[in-house]
Amino acid sequence: MIRNIVIGALLALGMSSVAVAADAPTDPQIAHIAYTAGQIDIAAAEQAIKKSKNADIVAFARQMEEDHKAVNDQALALVKKLGVTPEDNPTSQALSKAATDKLAEFDKLDGAAFDKAYIDNEVAYHKTVNEALSSTLIPAAQNADLKALLQQGLALFTEHQKHAAMVAASFK
Amino acid sequence: MKTVILALALVAAATLSAAATEYTVAIDKMKFGPVPVTLHPGDTIVWQNNDILRHTATARDKSFDLDLPARSSARMTVGAAGNVPFYCKLHPGMTGTLVISP
Repeated sequence: MIRNIVIGALLALGMSSVAVAADAPTDPQIAHIAYTAGQIDIAAAEQAIKKSKNADIVAFARQMEEDHKAVNDQALALVKKLGVTPEDNPTSQALSKAATDKLAEFDKLDGAAFDKAYIDNEVAYHKTVNEALSSTLIPAAQNADLKALLQQGLALFTEHQKHAAMVAASFK
Repeated sequence: MKTVILALALVAAATLSAAATEYTVAIDKMKFGPVPVTLHPGDTIVWQNNDILRHTATARDKSFDLDLPARSSARMTVGAAGNVPFYCKLHPGMTGTLVISP
């Protein structure tokens, strides 16, 4: 199951080689994957805030930063409450590697080319994470509080995907 | 006569205020909950944000614009009759419509 997330995530992020894990993720791994996914979008937002001159892109990026920080703060509070230590895993590592590559790729772009690349990737990235959340991470989560937070994350990411698509439509 | 008019006015005011109803529209998991089916000018809506994120309740026609920090609520008085589409300025995928009858 976790293999599909990795492949899906990497395809969306434009990578062809994949690292895979065989088993369904455990709660400490799920917490790590969800937190990592949030941090990736925060890093992308920070890059966009720094590079873009487009008011819509900057406003969108600021919203991503604020929302994902809020959810990740909740995630940290939850793992602390549960006494769970998030556990690094191949999915988190693959996501981080792909995101680092994307940041480097986008760093070479400027102006409208950057704006379009950023917002198109936001649509694709949120779609990928939503699919991973609904098909794998939420069903695999054992702890009820963790499951509830992931469901909240899915609702958030779904709205972000819609929001990104609205902004992206203005760049067509 | 003056007294009668005053009394009538007081009764009318009391009747009006008694008729006004308070409703709650809850926001959960990035969605506006059901809006009241029968809304009239003068009714009150309490917008209750149960999410861990900031939202707004903003009318497309700008007749209201409420800031709703995480896990907070804000109240407003319903304005003139008509259909008023609204959304969250921060999350424009969140939308709804108030149907206000005369």
